[in-house]
Amino acid sequence: MSAGGSDNLPWWVTGLLLPAINVGLALAVSALVILAIGEDPVGALGTMLRGAVGTGEGIGYTLYYATSLIFTALAVAIAFHGGLFNIGGEGQAYIGGLGVGLVCLALPGWPWWAALPLSVLGGAAFGALWAAIPGWLQAYRGSHIVITTIMFNFIASSLMVYLMVNVLIKPGQMSPESEAFSASMFLPMMADMMGAIGVEMDSSPLNFSLFLALLACVAVWAFIWHTRWGFALRATGANENAALYAGIDPKRVIVVTMALSGALAGLLGVNELHGVQHRLMLNFPAGLGFTGIAVALMGRNHPAGIIPAALLFGALYQGGTELVFDYPTISRELVVVIQGVVILFAGALEHMFRPALVRLFSRRPVAVSKPAGA
Amino acid sequence: MSAAPSPVSPAWAVELVGIDKRFGPVHANRDVTLRFSPSSIHGLVGENGAGKSTLMSILYGFYEADAGEILVRGKQVDIRTPQDAIRLGIGMVHQHFMLVETFTVLENLLLGHEGGPVLGPAMERARAQVRELERQFGLEVPLDALVSDLPVGVQQRVEILKALYRGAEVLILDEPTAVLSPPEVEQLFRILERLRQQGRTVLLITHKLKEIMAITDRVSVLRRGQVVAEFITADTDRQALADAMVGRKTSLSVDRAPARPGEVLLSARNVNVIDGRGVTTLKDACLNVRAGEIVGVAGVAGNGQSELLEVLSGMCRFDSGMITVKGQDINPSTKYDAADARRRGLAHVPEDRLKLAVIKEFPAHESAILGYHQDKSLSKGWRLNWKRVVAKTVSLMEQFDVRPPNPHLRTALFSGGNQQKLVMAREMEREPDILLVGQPTRGVDIGAIAFIHRQLVSLRDRGKAILLVSAELDEILALSDRILVMCDGEIVGELSAADATESRIGTMMAGIKDAPATQAVAEGVSA
Repeated sequence: MSAGGSDNLPWWVTGLLLPAINVGLALAVSALVILAIGEDPVGALGTMLRGAVGTGEGIGYTLYYATSLIFTALAVAIAFHGGLFNIGGEGQAYIGGLGVGLVCLALPGWPWWAALPLSVLGGAAFGALWAAIPGWLQAYRGSHIVITTIMFNFIASSLMVYLMVNVLIKPGQMSPESEAFSASMFLPMMADMMGAIGVEMDSSPLNFSLFLALLACVAVWAFIWHTRWGFALRATGANENAALYAGIDPKRVIVVTMALSGALAGLLGVNELHGVQHRLMLNFPAGLGFTGIAVALMGRNHPAGIIPAALLFGALYQGGTELVFDYPTISRELVVVIQGVVILFAGALEHMFRPALVRLFSRRPVAVSKPAGA
Repeated sequence: MSAAPSPVSPAWAVELVGIDKRFGPVHANRDVTLRFSPSSIHGLVGENGAGKSTLMSILYGFYEADAGEILVRGKQVDIRTPQDAIRLGIGMVHQHFMLVETFTVLENLLLGHEGGPVLGPAMERARAQVRELERQFGLEVPLDALVSDLPVGVQQRVEILKALYRGAEVLILDEPTAVLSPPEVEQLFRILERLRQQGRTVLLITHKLKEIMAITDRVSVLRRGQVVAEFITADTDRQALADAMVGRKTSLSVDRAPARPGEVLLSARNVNVIDGRGVTTLKDACLNVRAGEIVGVAGVAGNGQSELLEVLSGMCRFDSGMITVKGQDINPSTKYDAADARRRGLAHVPEDRLKLAVIKEFPAHESAILGYHQDKSLSKGWRLNWKRVVAKTVSLMEQFDVRPPNPHLRTALFSGGNQQKLVMAREMEREPDILLVGQPTRGVDIGAIAFIHRQLVSLRDRGKAILLVSAELDEILALSDRILVMCDGEIVGELSAADATESRIGTMMAGIKDAPATQAVAEGVSA
């Protein structure tokens, strides 16, 4: 009774074959696009692949992007189980990052291991607050969460521009960035950590946050499926009336769920700012909040699915960057198109091939799409 | 006792020959052969999961049969979609109406038959045709009213009219009386008579044997996907039908000793509920329920019974008045939600099983702790103790004979009767002092009904207070020690079990405050 579908497909069909078909098809369409602009699709996709996983550095970047995507995808997943479609991961990550930055700026000279719990708390608290407001509006005022979270993305973006340009900017410069955090609190880079235990690794932005992301996966899994609160959350998501009958207050659950979702999204700031940029700046979520929606969709809103999906999208980000370097005719926008095609096939059209596979693999060749009446 | 197809009929309106259908491991229909003659009303009865709905869904094109053939007016046909069925003159009125509530009746009738991009002329043509149909079949319907403003009985007439407008010669009705009041049922039956007179064929799926006896010409009994018996209605009786449905001797009555009521455990004083639109849905409700008695609440669905249950169980706030649960007073300002109610020993089996009592998507063991997930005994520190939850579910399933006894199966995959048994088991397991029960046997098959009734009576005999809401008068009469009748949000009268008769309650349900027994309506629900 896992997060799978209702038809009796073997786990490897839904878990491996279906995603593989979808990704394969996405790459085929991408190849056509590359062909259309007059480049060699095999070479281009090969470059992407090599760029993502061909070198130690590439793998490091892929994992670094995956770290951020795990946070934002978990945010989408937890809201999904509460019956809420949180589109606002981008804004929550942005404001969460503000929390991370403010904590880090307030603790000059602290060692990283002491600063980390506080910056995590700061990011989670700011993200939670930013998501809890749309949650409250949905629960008590009936404003639709999809609309309000989209709006809150814009508000977050404007707010950050104002703060970076007018308040937090380091005096005496033009670029809207804050002072750098103290070097003592930079999160350890993975290459350095591995070096310390004698493993050679190419340098990349991959840092300690990866462990935090994996920990978050375990925590979210345990919370949703093994606690009373998770039970209340899933009950509310599946059937609000039944939750009310069970003595659960659905309105409170909605607000709490959104807060948890926003807290997870807010942790993106730990990876990007505390881990890599070491200062507050503009646009650091860079669309990873939105991509988290696709990652969650592809990962079936389960941490065990989100990790591989985040790796795939991390590889697409990193491979795309390489592609732009190597092929002058291929622009950044085309890479976005390729990512978009993958999202389209793996996320939005996820179930396109499902009926066909059901016909192929069901023990009996009968597709049941309507409820069998009594 | 199964009669051979009558040779007198000139031709069959519809023939189903050797229909076979499987859903995975479930053999829903096994070699079913049924023939329906024109100008007749044919009843189809059977327990839940006997295959009635599957069979009708095959006839109406929702499913395709794995084997067998369908003949319409003697010609073999291929029905793959409901559109095919409609073209062949087969119409269906679903249990849940398929009407667009924000459209007028005429617009609903026209839906899918607009005949062009401009509506005006088509509307006028349709109006004329519909008027003709109305005259022919005695179906009075306000054509320009919004569907959402119409009572359910009239909405159902719109559905019938819609089928006729599309040229239905054969009309399938799935549990048509579940939502109707006794007078509405009578009206429906008059319409069905009229259809029969006009040469149409009516296929009536129902759980209510009384209706089968009242209106059908022939009746087929399905059990485990097979036709096990066919009767000419005039030659049979309810007992014989019930026995054929379950395949053994059944008892339609409930054995129970007289109640020995004790102290008042639950009471309401002048409780009012005003909904979001400002309508008073519960008016000055006053009642007492004592230990060791079953108080029945009769009424047509939608007359405040749901609000009564929801207020008493803490699911919905009330605006004035007072509730007393085991001596503790609850005002509109007291914090009292469903969890508080359970803590005070009040359990609730809600009317709408799938909407409230279980979560379809959850496995059975998760539905089996709904409302009790905060219980300390089910947790181990911060974690839910799933091992214990599953063990508990297995024991509930054993005690209440839930089939299949698989705690990991998704709740939606159990039949309605088995879901209900699981809910009853969950709510009764903790020996609540007060039990609120709504429609305990709605959509439940005959075997399970007797079981659920016995459980309720035995809970009463253990000194618990039970408030029973049911739309089934038979059920109210069979179980209640006292009967309250609700109409339009008000409790319009109270009868003792000894004084209660179907016709007397029926009159009160219609809103006529207590009518003396002698003045009972001539026929009641007709029989």
